[in-house]
Formats: sequence, C-alpha cells, structure tokens
Amino acid sequence: MSERSITTILSTLRSISIGRIGVLLLIASQALFADPAGAADEPATVIVADPYLEMRTGPGVGYPKFHVVDRGEAVAILKRRTDWFLVRSTEGREGWVDRAQLQLTLQPSGEPVEFTAPGLADFTNSRWEAGVLAGDFGGANILSVYGAYSLNPHVGIEVWGSQILGNFSNGWMASLNVIHETWPDWRISPFFTLGTGVIHTEPKSTIVQGEDRTDQVAHVGAGVRMYATQRFLLRAEYKSYVVFTSRDDNEEVEEWKVGFAFFF
Amino acid sequence: MESRIRLLFLIVPALALGLSGCAATKNLLGMGDESAPPPTAEEPGQVIEPEVERREVREADIDTENFEVGAFAGIMSIEDFESDLVYGIRLAYHVTEGFFVEGTVGQSEAGLTSFERLSGGAPILSDDDRTFTYYNLNLGYNILPGEVFFGENRAYNSTLYLIAGLGSTRFAGDDRFTVNFGAGYRFLLTDAVALHIDFRDHLFDIDILGEDKTTHNLEAHLGVTVFF
Repeated sequence: MSERSITTILSTLRSISIGRIGVLLLIASQALFADPAGAADEPATVIVADPYLEMRTGPGVGYPKFHVVDRGEAVAILKRRTDWFLVRSTEGREGWVDRAQLQLTLQPSGEPVEFTAPGLADFTNSRWEAGVLAGDFGGANILSVYGAYSLNPHVGIEVWGSQILGNFSNGWMASLNVIHETWPDWRISPFFTLGTGVIHTEPKSTIVQGEDRTDQVAHVGAGVRMYATQRFLLRAEYKSYVVFTSRDDNEEVEEWKVGFAFFF
Repeated sequence: MESRIRLLFLIVPALALGLSGCAATKNLLGMGDESAPPPTAEEPGQVIEPEVERREVREADIDTENFEVGAFAGIMSIEDFESDLVYGIRLAYHVTEGFFVEGTVGQSEAGLTSFERLSGGAPILSDDDRTFTYYNLNLGYNILPGEVFFGENRAYNSTLYLIAGLGSTRFAGDDRFTVNFGAGYRFLLTDAVALHIDFRDHLFDIDILGEDKTTHNLEAHLGVTVFF
C-alpha cells in the first residue's frame, strides 16, 4: 500500500467520523434546544427605510464602514452588543449597525422599529442596578459592590458586599438595606437608606493582641445618585453604623463612599 | 268605538315593538343578514394577521452579548520577591461601546528576597504567606478601535483599552488595599472570541521589610475571553 493511499484512507475515516460527530451534535442540540414554536428561532427582520444603512466591521464608531444596504432591502438582526446590532443582509453580509440607524428601519408590517436609547427615564424606572464604591470606613479603606432591585421608582432593595482594609485590622461586611428616593425623576436624586448586616473583623498579623470576631450591624444613611450618561450613574453616600459587639459598649462607625454604578 | 280605537293604538305599537325586538335578538345572536359579511371576505383577513404578529421585532427578543469571560496566564514581578507565573480569571460587562467594568482574580507565588538568598538565614515568610492572591474591580475604556490585517484576505477587529481600579491583595499574611492600573490589547478572532495582552501595575503598602513602603507589582499576561 502506498503512502498516498494510506493518507487517503485516513482522511476518509476522519471525515466520516467528523461527519458522524457533527450529525450527533446536531441531533443533540436539536433535542436540547428544540423550540415548539419553531418560528421564534428565526432572527427578526427589518426593512431599510432610510436611503441606506451603514454596516461596520465592529461594534463601535471607530471601526470602518465596509458595506451599505439600500433602501427597501431587508436585514436580519442576529445579536446585540451594548448599543450595536449585528445584522445580516439578504446577500449574506454581516456587519454592525448602531441603534440610531436601526431606529430608522421599518418592521415588515410597516411600523417603525422601537429601540429606545437609555436615558434619564431609565435612570428613574429601570429595575436593576449594580455598582462599585470605595471610601472611608472609620479610618480604614472600604471597597464595596452592590446590586439593587427597584420595587417601584421610589423604593428599592440593595445587597452589599464590602471589604474593609485598615492599618490595624481587616474584614468584610455583608448587608441588606432598603433605599428610598423622594424625587427619583431628578437628575441628582437624593436618597435615604436603612439596613442591617454582619461585619467580620480580623486584627492584622503584625498586631499581636485581638482575635477574629463577627458582629451584627445596623445602619442608617443618606446620599445622592447622579445620572451621568447612557447607563451610568455616580453615587455618593454617608452611612452611620452601629456594631453590636459582645462587649459592654456598642461601637459606632461612620462611612463615606463614592463610586459609580450602571442600570440595566 | 272609543274602545276599538284604543285597541288599535295598543296593537300597532305592540306589533312594532315585537318586530324590532325580533330584529334586535337576531342581531345579538349574530343572525342578522347585515352584520355577517360574506364568508369569502373573512378568510383572507384571518390568514394575514398571524403572519404580521410573528414577525414583530421586539428589543427584548434580540440576543445580547455584553458579558466577556475568560482566563489568563503570564508573569508577575512581586517587588523584592522575584518574578513568577501568574494566572487567573476575568469577567467583564460592556456597558457602552467605550466603557466596561471588569473583575479579575489572580494568583502568583513570591520567591526569595535578595536578603534571604545572601544571608542564607531563616526565611522571612512561610510558604503559605508567599502565595500572592489578588482581586480587583476595574473600570475600563476602549481606545483606538480598528482593524488589523493578516495578508490580503484576513482582517480582524482589535482595540486597545485602559483600565484602573481598586481591589485587595492577600500577601505576607494580610489583605492589602490595592490600586491597579494598566493597558491591554484585545484582538477579536471572531465576533465572540478574543485574545488579550495585558500590562498592569498593582500598588499596595507593605511593611514586612523594616519600612512602610508602597510597592509596585508589575504583571504581564496573555488571555482568552468569550463574549456571551
């Protein structure tokens, strides 16, 4: 048997097995992701209503425009990254289109497409928010992340996780609080907050005395949320904590923090 | 005579009411001739309607890919403690086309200080304390987006980005408040898979070598991420 025929056989075997694996994967994926409606899998299609629609190579204004779809042609919307949409023209070209342009297309029914840009209204009405804040916690550095869910524009629930890094001790804190915004539609919106949680402190290794401890805390606070741009907001707040220690006196700690957050 | 007229007056409205009543009942039951359009006109209307509904474009139905997750490995130079392998994971959320927020967790191993090597005496740190673990939360900004070319037929998207943020480093027995900043290069193999090259400086205060000082810990790594 020549070397050539061996390689031919090998490549045939390989292509058969690859084909078989492909078929198996296809069946498996269909079984897993089978959609009874079927039609929902098809990407949404819109019709270009402006003189043209510009496609870019990437999701950003810095990427070059490489193709133009004419008025009256259809494009399928495949996916979205931030405010950019990956679309496919009828001839199979794929490119990124920004929201402002896609807004000017029409649905097959002839109605305009409605993709709203995030703005001040979403700052007030959006359900979810997440952010990072840093600042001072009774003389130590504090670094916090939070997630928030709004029950209505005025009232929300927040979950916080913080790490406290001081000169004499380190620790972490987890807390849950209610936030109330009196004027949620203002661009700079003041809020009040009330909550509870646990704080864990461990003295630094270079300090000999002291032992780890975990205590319950309660806090009240106030601050402002400031709408910055698009989905971003800035946040500054003050909280006053009471640490319910096992000693005779409770400890009081003041905290100042600033940071940024985004809503979605 | 009078009673006959009265009867007539009663019968006429009664008949009129009765007839109109019947017509109203017919209409209510959908039996009226006028209310029912010819069946041929009704059918095409029913065929068209569902087709329009199914194709409606809704913003919420479009698949979004704003998250980026991946792993990296590289070299970290820990001030006074030699350089060693660093590896970790990264999660990013792209908020706008320019800004993203990112969290990274990484680990490295500190070597010997020159003092430990020259004196040959007792080590300053135990093996456990030499493990260098960090996390940070960063804000990133994409600059200089564009395309790079391989030969005549291949073009890839790429972008440089700057990051800065805060975090904590566990090293030499303590958690240390850490500021880090740096720059990176994201090279997109496809719309969903990216390669990264990153350079970062981690700054924190440490006092284990006799004086309280701010150290610079430089990191260079390669990474792979996937958008989802």
